[in-house]
Amino acid sequence: MFNEPRHVSTGTLRNSFERRGVLIAGLQTGLGVLLAVRTGWIGVVQNAKYETASESNRVNLTLIPPRRGLILDRNDNPLAANRSDYRVDLIPERLADTSGTIAELGKLLGLGPDKLQDLADRVDKAHRFQPVEVASGLEWDKFAAVSVRLPDLPGVIAQRGFSRSYPTGPSVGHLVGYVGPASAEDYEKDRNPLLITPGYKVGKDSLEKFFEPSLRGVPGARRAEVTASGKIVRDLDMREDVQGEALKLTIDGGLQDYAARRIGLESAACVVIDCTDGAILALTSMPSFDPNAFVGGIGRLQWKMLNEDDHIPLLNKSVRGLYPPGSTMKPMASLALQVAGVSPDEVVNCPGGYRLGSRFFRCDATHGATDMRKAIEQSCNTYFWSMAHRVGYDAIAPVAKVLGLGVEFDLPGINQRYGTIPDAAWKMRKFKQEWTAADSLNASIGQGYVSVSPLQLAVMSARIATGKNLQPYLLHGQKKPPGPALPFTSEQLGVVHEGMWRVVNGSGTARGSQLKLDSGVQMAGKTGTAQVRALVARGHFGDWKGRDHALFVSYAPADNPRYAIAVVVEHGTFGARAAAPIAKDVYTYLFDPGKAWETLLEMEKGWGGTPADRMARKYASFVAQYGGTAPKVEADKAVTAALNRPDPSPIPVETVISEDETPPSGAPVATPSPSGAPSASPPAEGTTP
Amino acid sequence: MRHGVVPEAIAREPWDLLIPLFVLNTFGSVVLYSAAGGHLWPWAMLHEIHFAVFLAMAFVISRVPKEVFKWAAIPIYVAVVIMLVLVDLVGAVKGGSQRWLDLGFMQLQPSELMKPTIVLALAKFFDLMPPGMTRTWRILVPLGGIVGVPALLVMAQPDLGTGLSITAGAVVVVFLAGLPMWWFIGAGAAVAVVAPLAFFTLLHGYQRDRVMVFLDPESDPLGKGYHITQSKIAIGSGGFWGKGFGNGSQSHLDYLPEAHTDFAFATMAEEWGLAGGIFTIAIFLWVFRWGMRVAQNAPDRFSGLLAAGMTFTIFFYMAINTMMVLGLAPVVGIPLPWISHGGSALMTNMICIGTLMAVDRWNRRGRSLGI
Repeated sequence: MFNEPRHVSTGTLRNSFERRGVLIAGLQTGLGVLLAVRTGWIGVVQNAKYETASESNRVNLTLIPPRRGLILDRNDNPLAANRSDYRVDLIPERLADTSGTIAELGKLLGLGPDKLQDLADRVDKAHRFQPVEVASGLEWDKFAAVSVRLPDLPGVIAQRGFSRSYPTGPSVGHLVGYVGPASAEDYEKDRNPLLITPGYKVGKDSLEKFFEPSLRGVPGARRAEVTASGKIVRDLDMREDVQGEALKLTIDGGLQDYAARRIGLESAACVVIDCTDGAILALTSMPSFDPNAFVGGIGRLQWKMLNEDDHIPLLNKSVRGLYPPGSTMKPMASLALQVAGVSPDEVVNCPGGYRLGSRFFRCDATHGATDMRKAIEQSCNTYFWSMAHRVGYDAIAPVAKVLGLGVEFDLPGINQRYGTIPDAAWKMRKFKQEWTAADSLNASIGQGYVSVSPLQLAVMSARIATGKNLQPYLLHGQKKPPGPALPFTSEQLGVVHEGMWRVVNGSGTARGSQLKLDSGVQMAGKTGTAQVRALVARGHFGDWKGRDHALFVSYAPADNPRYAIAVVVEHGTFGARAAAPIAKDVYTYLFDPGKAWETLLEMEKGWGGTPADRMARKYASFVAQYGGTAPKVEADKAVTAALNRPDPSPIPVETVISEDETPPSGAPVATPSPSGAPSASPPAEGTTP
Repeated sequence: MRHGVVPEAIAREPWDLLIPLFVLNTFGSVVLYSAAGGHLWPWAMLHEIHFAVFLAMAFVISRVPKEVFKWAAIPIYVAVVIMLVLVDLVGAVKGGSQRWLDLGFMQLQPSELMKPTIVLALAKFFDLMPPGMTRTWRILVPLGGIVGVPALLVMAQPDLGTGLSITAGAVVVVFLAGLPMWWFIGAGAAVAVVAPLAFFTLLHGYQRDRVMVFLDPESDPLGKGYHITQSKIAIGSGGFWGKGFGNGSQSHLDYLPEAHTDFAFATMAEEWGLAGGIFTIAIFLWVFRWGMRVAQNAPDRFSGLLAAGMTFTIFFYMAINTMMVLGLAPVVGIPLPWISHGGSALMTNMICIGTLMAVDRWNRRGRSLGI
């Protein structure tokens, strides 16, 4: 072909045309065969693969989020329920015009600027595939207004579903936690399509989080034939969801709500324990957050409101707040002294204080001749100092632990901090300092390095009241067997019971809180006032943060203990003034609910309504004040961190001052604070992970 | 020659071409009927009407004497080139891609017309050239002009697919005209070198994307690879016998884009399976074989080149479309003749068929005259 003749004739061209024509025809046939083979390859050999792909195009599987298991109180009243409602969600990656859609939804649903900004934040923060809740609990007409506009709003989903609801709102916030949409991290970990199904929520805190696996349930599914644009042609089949298992608690819902509301404007925790078996009947911490408001995601102003409140609503004070127990330690100390051989009838003279070496530890009053019962009744420090000095602090600390102080309890889902019952080894480990006699004196009256949680105080009260080693439990029907028998004789307990009875019913510190019940039930208790700062005088003046904590431990009926209650009011001044009245009203609720409600409703008029009312009003004022200027809510992790951060208090405080050696200008603290260390960092030994 | 009850004039028509074409077109209507969800409108009925109209046109063309073809070749070529220039001018004024010329009573796509026109013009050109010229370098200059001007005008629209289609038709005519073989081999090698360079420098972004997606459709299954992916799913899920008439979920639920036009082959294969595919391909091969045989039997150089060029023009439509649908070529907007819905491509193909029928008549007349 490369050596063709120079002369080209019509004939050679004709030959060439015929040869090349055959080549072209061959090319055409060859391609035809190739196409047929290719069609066969795709259609027959790889048929299964493409058939699956075609089927997954055609059939759309929609998950129906399962109804979450209920959280019930001991009487099967719901603490967390599911409310059937109309809701609107959107999926960012399917939006054609994000800001336009948000504005349109805002108009249709009547969302205020704060809600619109929160919605924009959530869309911003969500990964493209994560559904974002626009609104839930909608009235029918608003829902219908969005529904009819759906064809113009791609990526918006309006549906009927179930939303988590907490009938008593803030009262159970810390106890049961809250739910929210699954985070992107959750989805990265578990590629379960349920997690990105609109309307599906996971537990974010406390019981809702811990019991997520059993509360979750099994999603239902709907198979439908859909077009490429997502229009449903017809339903193929449907599977109902299976509701999650109910979680039944030992909590008494009414009591929980009453106790929470009775706390009122204070920052406080109140724990109620059943003395018959250790069941926790109420575990409250106020102020709290409203878990209902968290369900769709936490808004900017809400977050600002919760974070800026100095009453720390995000801290569950009942199990994570640590406080010096102050004089509420004295019944425990009395048992320890008896175990160490001190006769309850031995009398100590209280001249208004106690001298240790060159220093003088001052008592609250001059009590004169004081035996053990009177020491409890009158809260005489001198008695306990002198006795503790005699038997040694090492005889007291173990008894504190036996009664539940400084101990972490086995309560699934409840994230506790267990505080500190200090001893020489602890102090050496923590501060590299020797234990001093002054430390012993401080510790024996519940000051210094001692820090405990309200739950521990309640357990201590229950154990002292019953003499049984009760173990607190929260899951109904899963009662814990009592621990090893307590090392106290009934006579030893009797002395303490009498002292505590006299605190309320004798001439003790809590006389003003005697129960006034028709049935004549009496309570026994012990007040405590714990210093948060080393003050020259016991203080109820100055700024709120500088005031003493008010504590009260108790049980009732005094003659046959049925309930034990511990109340801690942060910066509540005197235990008798702030804490004991709360306990009194909660007992009243337990024995005569009608009467108790009467008292509470009257009080709430003065406080501005229920906690939910007050929060709503505060939120409205924040909207008016800040509008859209609040900073963004941080990611899920930050919220979890805020809920679980350690309580900033307590800083170890020396309760006593030395009169002898007080320099005229007055460095108020007698015992030198151990070189700044304790005040710089709180003894956070007892933080559970 | 056949004798019998059928009148001579009817018996003389090339029924061995027309019947397969009618069957193919009717099969196309059946596919379009299903694609419309079991309705004759808007596609199936119109498809048949188009076919009838253009078949009539083909009969008219087939009656045109060879001398008129030869005489009209240059004027037609010039007229279509002028129309292409007009399209580009309108496009430059209006902005954007412009392919249509609005004649008031109809939309005309000159680039479609150029496909048979370039074949006609080249056949005429080689008819004029003395045989000795075909193997000299000088012939390349006028050839380059005749092919290059319309091809570049079309690519400037920009319409790469049609531009390449025109060039391909022209190259085949030139090839059959007998230019030295090693020129084609050399040019093929040059294209292999230049094409990658042109890909990165000359192509528009969307054209480049189409090629990239063709190379790896799964890289963007919901975006630019969507067409290819869905087309393969449609064909692949058909199996051997297909899902059955009216049961194609890919086309009916709108997963397959352009189900009634460029991807009609996929719509067909989903419902009729490999059997339908082989049937369609076989009819096409039959038509090509008929066309190439007409070319081989042609009495002269002009007729032969004309018939072969027209056959190849049809072939190029079919080849590019089916390869695209089967994932063997990038997505370009070329329909499958007689199956896809669309008037202007059908018109081009029926012009080719009419021309083939004309050459067939010349062949038989020559034979009957004893030449």
